[in-house]
Amino acid sequence: MRKSLALTAAFLCAATLGAKKKTDDFSLFQKKLSKDEQILHALDRLTFGPRPGDVATVKKMGLKKWIDLQLHPERIKEDPELDKKLAPLESLRMSQRETAASYPPPQLIRAVAQGRQPLPEDPVARAAVERLARRFKIKKNEGDSDPMQPAVPLDQLLTREQIRTLRTGTRDQKRELLDAMPEEKIDDVVVAMPPGMRNQLLGSASPVLRRKLVLANAPQQVIFQDLAEGKLYRAIYGNRQLAEQLDDFWFNHFNVFFDKGADRALIPTYEREAIRPHVLGKFRDLLEATASSPAMLFYLDNWQSVAPNLVRRPAGNRPQRGLNENYGRELLELHTLGVDSGYTQKDVTEVARCFTGWTIRNPQQGGDFFYNDRVHDKGEKVVLGVTIPAGGGREDGEKVLDILAKHPATAHFISKKLAQRFVADNPPPELIDRMAKTFLATDGDVRQVMKTMLESKEFFSAGAYHAKVKTPLEMIASAVRATGAQVDYAMPLANQIGQLGEPLYRKIEPTGYSSANAEWVSSASLLGRMNFAMALTQNKLPGIKVDASRLPDDPSKAAKAMMFRDATPQTKQAILKALGDKKPTPELVAGLVIGSPDFQRR
Amino acid sequence: MNRRIFLKSSAMAMVGVGSTPAWLSRALYAADAPSPRKKILVAIFQRGAVDGLNVVVPHGEQRYYDLRPTLAIAKPGSGNDSAIDLDGFFGLHPALKPLKPIYDANRLAVVHAVGSPDPTRSHFDAQDYMESGTPGRKATADGWLNRALTPEQKKSPVRAVSFSPDLARTLRGRNEAVSINNLNDFQVRDTRGAATFESMYSSTMDKVLNGTGRETFEAVKLMQSIQKQGYTPAGGARYPNGRLGQSLKQIAQLIKSDVGLEVAFTDVGGWDTHVNEAPQLNRLLGEFADALAAFYQDLGDRMADVSVVTMSEFGRTARENGNRGTDHGHANVMFAFGGDVQGGKIYGDWPGLAEEQLYENRDLNLTTDFRDVLGELVTRHLGNRQIASVFPGYADPKFRGLIA
Repeated sequence: MRKSLALTAAFLCAATLGAKKKTDDFSLFQKKLSKDEQILHALDRLTFGPRPGDVATVKKMGLKKWIDLQLHPERIKEDPELDKKLAPLESLRMSQRETAASYPPPQLIRAVAQGRQPLPEDPVARAAVERLARRFKIKKNEGDSDPMQPAVPLDQLLTREQIRTLRTGTRDQKRELLDAMPEEKIDDVVVAMPPGMRNQLLGSASPVLRRKLVLANAPQQVIFQDLAEGKLYRAIYGNRQLAEQLDDFWFNHFNVFFDKGADRALIPTYEREAIRPHVLGKFRDLLEATASSPAMLFYLDNWQSVAPNLVRRPAGNRPQRGLNENYGRELLELHTLGVDSGYTQKDVTEVARCFTGWTIRNPQQGGDFFYNDRVHDKGEKVVLGVTIPAGGGREDGEKVLDILAKHPATAHFISKKLAQRFVADNPPPELIDRMAKTFLATDGDVRQVMKTMLESKEFFSAGAYHAKVKTPLEMIASAVRATGAQVDYAMPLANQIGQLGEPLYRKIEPTGYSSANAEWVSSASLLGRMNFAMALTQNKLPGIKVDASRLPDDPSKAAKAMMFRDATPQTKQAILKALGDKKPTPELVAGLVIGSPDFQRR
Repeated sequence: MNRRIFLKSSAMAMVGVGSTPAWLSRALYAADAPSPRKKILVAIFQRGAVDGLNVVVPHGEQRYYDLRPTLAIAKPGSGNDSAIDLDGFFGLHPALKPLKPIYDANRLAVVHAVGSPDPTRSHFDAQDYMESGTPGRKATADGWLNRALTPEQKKSPVRAVSFSPDLARTLRGRNEAVSINNLNDFQVRDTRGAATFESMYSSTMDKVLNGTGRETFEAVKLMQSIQKQGYTPAGGARYPNGRLGQSLKQIAQLIKSDVGLEVAFTDVGGWDTHVNEAPQLNRLLGEFADALAAFYQDLGDRMADVSVVTMSEFGRTARENGNRGTDHGHANVMFAFGGDVQGGKIYGDWPGLAEEQLYENRDLNLTTDFRDVLGELVTRHLGNRQIASVFPGYADPKFRGLIA
């Protein structure tokens, strides 16, 4: 342990020296904000953007009390509107086993229909596969990339007139036709439609029908839509705003990727059980929950990692196995210590050896974590100078997590990352040091670290005020909140966020998304923001309604109504020039405000 | 932004977008004549792991026919569906016939038994590694094609373009890169909004948004002027209707418009042929060859500045499986073609298909690292000598002499 203490001191020194060397000007972080600015700033940073009325609410309650409440989400009553929105999103509440069974991959449906694979034994999975397989006519020798043909074609199910309505009818006509059909028939019709027609109907379908449409396109897509819609509904309608912000922060910190095979069925449980309960809790608990989660074990391959001396010569088509360092490396580099914090490749290997045997039972069936002692490396390991004696088992991994959770480099790395998201891209080193100190003194209590940050003068300073460019998620959620839009279907919003460069649950790299301004300011992304602003305010996104008649048409008043401060003279000028002597329409003015440079900041 | 683009865009702004007469474009081009034209690299990713052994067929090795009783491509000269001979040992899949003239003109090179040294057989991981250019390392934030760009003071906003719905992993990174699904989409669709936003973003005091905002609207103008001019491929080239053909057509259009394109990326899926491979591969390779051949034809002399390279995450099992398909394998085949490509040749050592020569007793073994091929294109074609920062951790790529 002595050696580790010496190392600890070295890390602290390195961190402070690194900061001292910088010649950045941090004087703006000493400049105080006015009372009103403080309230707007807190709303901009701790929520997904203020809604009409939020400023008044905080003013009435008192800023300090409001922040304290946000730090204790369990004391905040959730909006019943949110529960109503979340209710149809079934997969968010399923166990990972149920999720895997209920939403089979299309290859499985095809393989069963072709007789290459038996029906699954699990009754839920069997029903799900059977239901879909019998509705498709699948030829014996077609390949995985051939589109599946329906068992009964559309023109045998519907009249020509009805098909025309589905193709070219108005939203109401389509809905009326579909609502009148019996359940069994709808299921056949949905399968018989070409995928393009299904996609076109999504905007006018009821939530129940929408799920059927997506299920016929690709069952696992339902899980993705539930995740994305759920995230957006919480961001837009949730009262526990800081908790939602932190859920996004921690999911991103411990990123997993939706499209990596089995992870599709594992991620809802991951977010619900490994991330959400700990967003304001102890960092060590987050580490434990993610390290032992099937989603992370699968994503970073640890489930396949076995003691290096166990490598067997592969027999037949069995792939070779051995030690896999992916999780070990990212655990040090991305989850805890941070890159260049002094650990070595040897440390990575030793950590990976400690985690051998942390695996999953049948990942494709949504299996649980289990510790497999047979493949665990029993030898002695030395991690960051600490010896982990030979003969250990699962506790070897636990010891690694203990070392990392208490490490000063971790305290510094996590504090800095939080400050970069909530304060500024380049936060003052003194602030990071104070947060890191709290981290170490409270055993990695995230709530206390956040409190240190939120009570700092740097947080409420001119250096932080509007210093961040909104991420696509923040931009789109804040636009919906500011305009008071009604969201009945959130996927068009999720698709927009994806087009702006932040596809939800689909960040491939374990780094997660950056919160740095430069990351989000590119030509394509700026154009996308402007186009989104116009589409939103002109009600061109299916399932999302803005009542622009409630918004003022005077540009200055409109800007204030959506940004809760005055627009810059340049933005005001441009809007006035665009209007000329024509009578302004509130839709146009709202679109111009949401797409303006001013609105891209928080 | 270089001088040519500056001249061109400011002159266009003067006369109004879309009404640029052809003589003006020519004059602008001439005004810029002394500046050397940029080299351009186009990268195509075949997602799903193409079966390289049936793309460039080792028909000279009997073992190939033993391993693939129903899937093997017949020896050259044995009927319609037989391989097109290249050098007496290797032959092209018959659907690749449109590429044969490029090979014969010594502009198309084949690299065989090439790929990523990482043993993974996961599509996800292998594509990720090939796009980041760092096999085995997941946390690399940027892609090799972005790192292949050299930092420039005045850069074109469309120097790096990904023809895909999202910006491809290969092109993500520090240098600005845009993803364009379609050239038509690159604009503010609402006309009242377009002018107003332009005025906001070019007058804002917000430095970050002002800089990129200005560049953005310059790029939009360029794109619109290109669009307005319409496009007819040269040399009677006919692009197939699929996404790959249409992407390559738009890449050709950008290249010929001289707007400062340096690297482009596009991808084509469907290669994961576990079941009933033959008809699928036939269809996919047909479209692939038609698209590439049309691009070559369309660019004509301009091909002197351009190189195209194709890749896929890994190869497929040497043996066919029980479903007339193949499963995930290891080494694969890559194509490179262009004006300075030393084509008409098959590069790379052939490891052989005998049981003991196979990788893990099942797949084609790897004799060339994909970074050797890409590294050579980046260094000798694009002229970026900082190869260690393009492929970090791969200090010593072995160039095969692909580029003159």
